[in-house]
Amino acid sequence: METQIKIRDLNVYYNKVHALKDINLDLPRGQITVIVGPSGCGKSTLLKTLNRFHDLADDTQVTGHVELDGVDLYAPDVEVTEVRTKVGLIAQRPFPLPMSIFENVAYGMRIHKLARGKELRDKVKHYLEVAGLWDEVKGRLNTPARDLSIGQQQRLCLARGLAVEPEVILGDEPTSSLDPISAKFIEERLEELKKDYTVVLVSHVLRQARHLADYLVFMYLGEVVEAGPAEQVLNAPKNDRTRAYLQGEFY
Amino acid sequence: MKKRWTLAHLEDRAMRTIMQLASLVLVGVLAAILVTIFIRGLPFLDLDLITKTPQGGFFLGGEGGILNAIVGSLLLAGGGTLLALFISLPIAFGINVYTGASRLASLLRMALDVLWGIPSLVYGAFGFTIMIAFGMRASLGAGILVLTLLQIPIMVRSMDEVMRMVPSELSQAAYSLGATRLEAAWSVLVRQALPGLVTAVLLAFGRGIGDAASVLFTAGFSDRIPTSLASPSASLPLAVFFQLGSPFPEVRGNGYATALVLTVLILFISMLSRFLARRLSRNVIR
Ligand SMILES: Nc1ncnc2c1ncn2[C@@H]1O[C@H](COP(=O)(O)OP(=O)(O)OP(=O)(O)O)[C@@H](O)[C@H]1O
Ligand SMILES: [Mg+2]
Repeated sequence: METQIKIRDLNVYYNKVHALKDINLDLPRGQITVIVGPSGCGKSTLLKTLNRFHDLADDTQVTGHVELDGVDLYAPDVEVTEVRTKVGLIAQRPFPLPMSIFENVAYGMRIHKLARGKELRDKVKHYLEVAGLWDEVKGRLNTPARDLSIGQQQRLCLARGLAVEPEVILGDEPTSSLDPISAKFIEERLEELKKDYTVVLVSHVLRQARHLADYLVFMYLGEVVEAGPAEQVLNAPKNDRTRAYLQGEFY
Repeated sequence: MKKRWTLAHLEDRAMRTIMQLASLVLVGVLAAILVTIFIRGLPFLDLDLITKTPQGGFFLGGEGGILNAIVGSLLLAGGGTLLALFISLPIAFGINVYTGASRLASLLRMALDVLWGIPSLVYGAFGFTIMIAFGMRASLGAGILVLTLLQIPIMVRSMDEVMRMVPSELSQAAYSLGATRLEAAWSVLVRQALPGLVTAVLLAFGRGIGDAASVLFTAGFSDRIPTSLASPSASLPLAVFFQLGSPFPEVRGNGYATALVLTVLILFISMLSRFLARRLSRNVIR
């Protein structure tokens, strides 16, 4: 296993709430890491440290280090917009931008000047194909994105996120607002994507974690209790809490 | 199943009736005003009235029209709206993009609410005091400046309200693609809020074109169409005011006709705003 994301002595405070406590983790490149744990244990908080989303809130404090390929994302000379292009995020609920389907995918490439003209159109097509949406929308690229179904919107958000050429894709329960078929579809996409990307997911669904995870992180009350190859953590957890959680004794 | 009359049913009924009555009052008042203006003004509305400036003795029943006031009002309100837009948009932006829920933002909102409540006569008097200090005469330019001040609070607060309605997840979607605050604001906030922003601008225009007290001292009145920012300018509300105070029935009739012109203008603006809002909300996420 080759480490791509290295988290060291990471702490997060929401005002006085100590939400993450001394996190140390090594997340593997080109695999799917799934973070599990009971509600309120800090999964979303951890995920948001990886693309510096906590920068948006004034009263949230992050200390420690998150390194992506050896570069500390929190170093003073690192541009936050750069971090967020390298580390994409799929939100829990899809929020298309208030534009057409085409413009949603083109948006990131436009602001980062990645492509224009024919190249832009080709890339929009490419990423819609990767997200498995092209066939459904190719005839109505200029219609408002809000007219898509929720499942289609989430795939659009995936295409839009891929279009800025990230190295890591984060997903905070990206399937939880979707119907089972759309959820399965997204899962399949993510499995394909790990060829080219590192994927970090938060999941509440143990079935999903079992199915997708190559690497599993179990959190409890703001701490990482256990982390390791999914096989090992799922089949032979070292910690009693992990075992209890996996057996469905608490959520 | 048999219909049963429970208390909840009765409450529901009562509430509905009260609502309908209240709406009826509102619509009734509007209809009464429109009918009055139409009945009294329509006979006096002719092409001369809206295509000619006042000739000698117009306000004593002489020849001419109110073109000076129509053009004056459009220039005053148009200029004021344009200037107010340049000041209001950055403020509304600033409150929503950069200061967020901070103390500065709530202070600004409070200041704007107070400014909104100040009578326009006070704005006029304030503008007049400053003009005297600088030795300026009543002019189109001065009127525009005072209208700008009058329009800023209504414009900023209406823009602010629509921007606040934009879900934060939408801006976060742009941020997660590596957008800067300004990029996210332009592409998400403005697009999403655009119908509301247009409404805000036209609302401010409506307040500007309908206000008499603020332009009374500052823009003055003139029988001629203003030729420069330094020349005094007539306005529709003042034309109505002067004519309705006349002892001559034809002049009062012209006053109602002038009010009719003003009303139609405002009606047109509010219809335009609704039309534009609908057109521009094509991509808005609900
Ligand atoms: N903005 C905030 N302000 C204050 N406290 C917060 C904030 N966001 C989260 N917290 C707290 O931090 C802790 C971790 O929250 P987090 O959202 O990361 O949990 P989670 O594991 O994602 O939970 P869930 O599975 O329910 O989404 C919780 O105790 C929560 O109450
Ligand atoms: Mg969460």
